[in-house]
Amino acid sequence: MAYSVTTQTPASRIAAIAGVVLIGVLIMLPFFAGRGTIQDMFFILTMLVLAQFWNLLAGYGGLVSIGQQAFVGMGAYALFGVVILWGMDPVPAILCAGVAALVIAVPTAFFAFRLNGAYFAIGTWVIAEVVRLLVAQWKALGGGTGTSLPRDATRDMWFVSTIEDALGLRSAAARDVLAYWLALVLALATIGGIYWLLRTRRGLALAAVRDNTEAAKSVGVDADRMKWIVFLTSAFGTGLAGGLIYMQKARISPDAAFSVTDWTAYVIFIVVIGGIGTIEGPIVGVLVFFALQTLLADFGSWYLMTLGVLAIVVMLVAPRGLWGLLSERTGLHLFPIRRRLTGGKLTSSKE
Amino acid sequence: MAHLHAPLLKTAGLIAHYGDFQALFGVDIELNAAETVAIIGANGAGKTTLMRSIAGILRNQSAAVSFDGQHIGAQPADEIMAQGVAMVPEGRKLFPSLSVEENLLIGTYGRKSGGHWTLDTVYDLFPILRERRNNPGTALSGGQQQMVAIGRALMSNPRVLLCDEISLGLAPVIIKDIYKAVPAIKAAGASLIVVEQDISQAMAVADRVYCMMEGRVTLSGAPDTLSREDIHDAYFGASH
Amino acid sequence: MIWVDTIIQGILLGGLYALFASGLSLVFGIMRLVNLAHGDLIVMGAYLILLLVTILGVSPFLAALIAMPVMFCLGWALQKFLLNLTLGDDILPPLLVTFGLSIALQNALLETFSADSQRLPTNALTTASVQVGPISLGVMPLLTFGSAVLVIVALNQLFYRTELGRAFRATSDDPTTASLMGIKPANIFATATGIAFVIVTIAALYLGLRANFDPSIGPARLVYAFQAVIIGGLGSLWGTLLGGIIIGVAQTLGAAINPEWQILAGHVAFLLVLLVRPRGLFPRAND
Repeated sequence: MAYSVTTQTPASRIAAIAGVVLIGVLIMLPFFAGRGTIQDMFFILTMLVLAQFWNLLAGYGGLVSIGQQAFVGMGAYALFGVVILWGMDPVPAILCAGVAALVIAVPTAFFAFRLNGAYFAIGTWVIAEVVRLLVAQWKALGGGTGTSLPRDATRDMWFVSTIEDALGLRSAAARDVLAYWLALVLALATIGGIYWLLRTRRGLALAAVRDNTEAAKSVGVDADRMKWIVFLTSAFGTGLAGGLIYMQKARISPDAAFSVTDWTAYVIFIVVIGGIGTIEGPIVGVLVFFALQTLLADFGSWYLMTLGVLAIVVMLVAPRGLWGLLSERTGLHLFPIRRRLTGGKLTSSKE
Repeated sequence: MAHLHAPLLKTAGLIAHYGDFQALFGVDIELNAAETVAIIGANGAGKTTLMRSIAGILRNQSAAVSFDGQHIGAQPADEIMAQGVAMVPEGRKLFPSLSVEENLLIGTYGRKSGGHWTLDTVYDLFPILRERRNNPGTALSGGQQQMVAIGRALMSNPRVLLCDEISLGLAPVIIKDIYKAVPAIKAAGASLIVVEQDISQAMAVADRVYCMMEGRVTLSGAPDTLSREDIHDAYFGASH
Repeated sequence: MIWVDTIIQGILLGGLYALFASGLSLVFGIMRLVNLAHGDLIVMGAYLILLLVTILGVSPFLAALIAMPVMFCLGWALQKFLLNLTLGDDILPPLLVTFGLSIALQNALLETFSADSQRLPTNALTTASVQVGPISLGVMPLLTFGSAVLVIVALNQLFYRTELGRAFRATSDDPTTASLMGIKPANIFATATGIAFVIVTIAALYLGLRANFDPSIGPARLVYAFQAVIIGGLGSLWGTLLGGIIIGVAQTLGAAINPEWQILAGHVAFLLVLLVRPRGLFPRAND
């Protein structure tokens, strides 16, 4: 008569198997895909990472930030800093990017948590602007105009020569493959990590704080601590992604690295259109976003206008996004988090 | 009791839900002109839900509520109020950002018909408020706040006044004071529906009483025709 | 003497920021909504005034006067048919919808008017200055500051001396009970946003007269407005003026030390106030 708590559903088991196959294909991709495809996949994977972390913050943590570009930029500049000033190899420097973002996340949270709701959102943006303005004073890394990674640093990155030999590629293409694999690792680690977090008691506490902070506190959840954990985690992950993105670009400037459009607007659209508050949502969102961008990128401001209007419409008509619509209709959960009580007298009852 | 005219206000098969929870299961009540009707029942019986449905805070089928022959069940609260059905809400619900006098004045926002009730006559009814007219609405004792809430509803010179638990949280002495105002309210032309937890108070003031339990009317009649036992059974549910 | 002059310039600049902020403060006070497109709406107002000046050949002041009722209707409609749909317990919809609106608006302005810098035509009056003792004060900044004060006085009169103002305060307290008084919260919110758009028009006028504008400068105006509101304390209009002055003075002092530091100085002042007084200088008691 033992009760147990389970989260798996039949659909999720199928999805898990399909997922393993997909991951295998993705790992092998550089062996049969062209450079253009690899670059596109890099973009998709890194935007996915940014989206998952923004979703963790907003969809699960209830903290809507429009200042994540601070961590992208700080991470990117930290990578450039240690490579150019200390001669570190760019690949391990990615970790430094994450750490740097984590470091500035502490004072950021300290100030921003004094505000709530929309004011918190704008506050994060103000702080991102402060970081941008300060970094633009950093003359050693190009000040307001920016700088590039030195050739010898990029040519001799870890693993690059191995890839050149294994795939018969030139240096630049091999760098793209390296970046792609790193992005794949980061994306899988992100999704895996977030899924794991949400399945632990911490994740349950997080959902409780998001749904009803007072009630959560009354059962002993430390709401403030949850907010800090989520914020710092998101900052770290966003910093890693920022470092990786700019390692691939090899060229940086404050306006680009701290761009609200690229690192916040696009990310928000991805999460909103895909479905906020689920792990599947950002995956759907990034694919839709990529498709839209491929179709409309030539149209400059019309493209952004479309995204803006689309976000408005989705938020009003389908607040749970495209995945939310699908999930509600079909009851599908690929990354099931909801806990069900089974066993004992309840075995015969449905979910 | 036979009346020559149709009821001033009536509900027909009124149903109400809060999400998945059904609070009212087809309630029929009537209020005739110049009458005072009391609604009694335990907590959770659906009395306040009934009031909110009549007042328009909870929307319904159009024909579920009729006032003066018009179907008002689907109308929002502001339109119902404009036609002369005013509510003294449960818990007073004064506006903290408004002074006592401003709370009274806001009562006329949606309906400015002439009538007996003006600032002066409301202050005559509840003299203590005249002294406190510039205090913030919520900086008063419970009893005084209740007076403001009643005055606020009266300012629109309503034809029907819905009083939802005006004795809630007040000392018996204060309750008696407040109910002393009822004759004046009736004399000025309003018909009343009074929701009361205090059964004896309800019986004392009403021409007819409805008793509710779990979303249904379980008993109705004039106070002198209802025995203690009838009321007890209707209130708590017969179990013998 | 330079410092006194700098500080006075900063105070007058604060008037402009207070104008940016008043509309934001009004709407937030009544319905707890922050419109992230607020700055872009000010820019849109400037373009509207420019359009009227170009087409009708009138002075910017007259154009602004004509623009005000147009903007009122736009604001009323925006709130009634779009933003009212986002109000509720969830903080995400208003944030995300107004964010989408901001992006869409910036790019719509870009498509319509191009990225070229524009300015409202100035004349001798607007570039003149007055001597007050040893200090020379520009007429434009004085007018701006004066307008800010007038707007705040007018809003206070509206709130505390009129029936509409009572309705605003009641709806802000308790929309459900307000409806029992015959108030339609949806219309009250729409009217509030309409009034905010009128203030936005006044702000747009002085923005356009004072400096160049283009479709991308909206977000920065939102930031200054927001900083002024936070420093002043949510719900206090005079506090918003003081907040604007603090930001203005910080910016001009920063610029006097090093022109590159102007904006950073404003941000730093904001963060300092946030550190010491998270609820602002004159916070509302019941928030």
